Amino acid sequence: MLKRTDYLTKNYGKPDGFGLSAYEASGGYRAVRRVLTMPKEAVIEEAKKAHVRGRGGAGFDCGTKWSFMPKPGSKPHYLVINADEGEPGTFKDRTLMEQNPHSVLEGCMIGCYAIGAHACYIYVRDELHLAKQRLWDAIRQVRAKGYLGELPFGNNYPLEIYVHTGAGAYICGEETSLLNSLEGRRGEPRLKPPFPAQAGAFGCPTTVNNVETVAIMPTVFTLGGDAFSKLSELHAWNDGGVRLFGVSGHVKRPGIYECAVGLTLRELIYDLGGGIEGNRELLGVIPGGSSCPVHLPNEVVHVPNNPKFEMFNGRSILDLPLGVDPFRTVGSMLGTCCAIVLSDAADPVIAMQNLMRFYKHESCGQCTPCREGCGWLERIFDKVVEGKGTIAELDQVHEIASNITGNTICAFGDGAAQPALAFVRKYRDNFEDYILNGGRSQTGRLTV
Amino acid sequence: MSGAERPPLTPRFRGHYGALARGPPNTEYRACMAFVLSEENERELTEILARYPNKMAACIPALHLCQNANGNWLSPDAIQFVAARLELSPAHVKGVVTFYSLFNEHPPGKHQVWVCRTLSCALRGSDEILAHCQKRLGVGVGQTTADGRFTLRTAECLAACGTAPVMQVDKTYYEQLTPEKVDRILAGLAKD
Repeated sequence: MLKRTDYLTKNYGKPDGFGLSAYEASGGYRAVRRVLTMPKEAVIEEAKKAHVRGRGGAGFDCGTKWSFMPKPGSKPHYLVINADEGEPGTFKDRTLMEQNPHSVLEGCMIGCYAIGAHACYIYVRDELHLAKQRLWDAIRQVRAKGYLGELPFGNNYPLEIYVHTGAGAYICGEETSLLNSLEGRRGEPRLKPPFPAQAGAFGCPTTVNNVETVAIMPTVFTLGGDAFSKLSELHAWNDGGVRLFGVSGHVKRPGIYECAVGLTLRELIYDLGGGIEGNRELLGVIPGGSSCPVHLPNEVVHVPNNPKFEMFNGRSILDLPLGVDPFRTVGSMLGTCCAIVLSDAADPVIAMQNLMRFYKHESCGQCTPCREGCGWLERIFDKVVEGKGTIAELDQVHEIASNITGNTICAFGDGAAQPALAFVRKYRDNFEDYILNGGRSQTGRLTV
Repeated sequence: MSGAERPPLTPRFRGHYGALARGPPNTEYRACMAFVLSEENERELTEILARYPNKMAACIPALHLCQNANGNWLSPDAIQFVAARLELSPAHVKGVVTFYSLFNEHPPGKHQVWVCRTLSCALRGSDEILAHCQKRLGVGVGQTTADGRFTLRTAECLAACGTAPVMQVDKTYYEQLTPEKVDRILAGLAKD
């Protein structure tokens, strides 16, 4: 159901809407004042009631993640914010940092207090110079006001927030690789366990949260956890509140829209996105960043023997609410909720070639299946587009992709293999046309 | 160990990373290095170091600082400087430099132009933008113009998919591009 909200986006696009005065005028920094006087356990309980599912892609419950942190001991605790946004199709965190940086900072303060951390690092990718500058400016403003430092808001709970910058590596969006990068190493993912809550940044207990996950926290504590969760249509699925939905590609109005959870892809594409560019037909949609499998408009939801799913069975995938669990149950992934829309002008074979080039370029090279497999897949798709591919090679895509999945340290391998499998399975005819007829009946381009 | 006990470093013995590659990093050798930071940058480096519980964590910010101070590239001397200041082996710092795509090991042009070509931008015409840049600048991807003013590069997803196609010039994003807009941007930069 389409229900637009403006908790995070009310100051978007206004001149100085990113400043401290605009943020405080709309109720900013009140939630954190209250939080800093509450017991830690109560803060985590309230966050759990809100059912904020991680906005970075994995969809893990934020309050539960905070509760995994050990009791304060000899080692300091750290909060690390993942702002290494680089998933193709995803552009929500950048808007938050550039247009609402104070909500990120307030969220960081709440997060730090809940997990017992006194220092927070916001890991921003290097390309986002404006975002880094706005965050640093915001930090300086609130430090001057005494919201950060030794006695934030007069409470004896020292807090510091720093912006750390990456240097151009998609893999650093993976949490353990981000921690390696923060420590000044090459950004290669670490084996788990130990999980970051046991040994994260600098070997100390660490929580890694997405920017949007913490930025929504002030709203959670303003409304109260339960009331926040009930804004969502998927409250019963433990998927609460509001989130930022993005839509890009072949739609008339691409952009970021804040809505209650429970929005469907059809509403995102046709109501918010304004429909397909040039009033063309929908060819496919990738629901949440390029690592999610592509969906065709004629796909129908069918999950037998699941009483919770009875109400959705028989519906088009475009009418399935965008929630972490519904999409997981149908064998897809919600990811970051930023959809890429392909109209029938786009050639799915060229789109796949484009994506695989991305994964080949960004594989960190640590695990052999991913390093070699992504290269092999890229070569196969290049050959197919050049008209030199064979049907046997197309079948090999399944074999290679299945051998990457589950055989690597981090989820990057799965993220590269899933779209390849989905594209080749769902657009098999288009791929075969390239092999058998040189792609004569295909569009051969991506633009409308 | 005082400096007198070590054999003097002559250019003959200094390989790519000098004698430091063979021994523990030693700040005494700073005097031998060709790379130095200005006083203002030194202050900033001190400020960066204060943010982290150990020196290694300052590696990437310190490399950015040196790269900006050195005409947008990291010479072997700059790598050695960072290694010595952060008490790391030059091999570690070199490993970091080669891992991340935004560290340059060779001097680029005065302005670096990155054109995003990942799916969302490609769906809205980044191929045309890239071809236009190549034609206008007269160079291929990864090359620098003869006057040393522009280096053309491609980028993988700049996180601005809603305003595609996008390119980044130095530290600025330019969004919703058309070939005419690209002409105006490049013409403005060719003058300064």
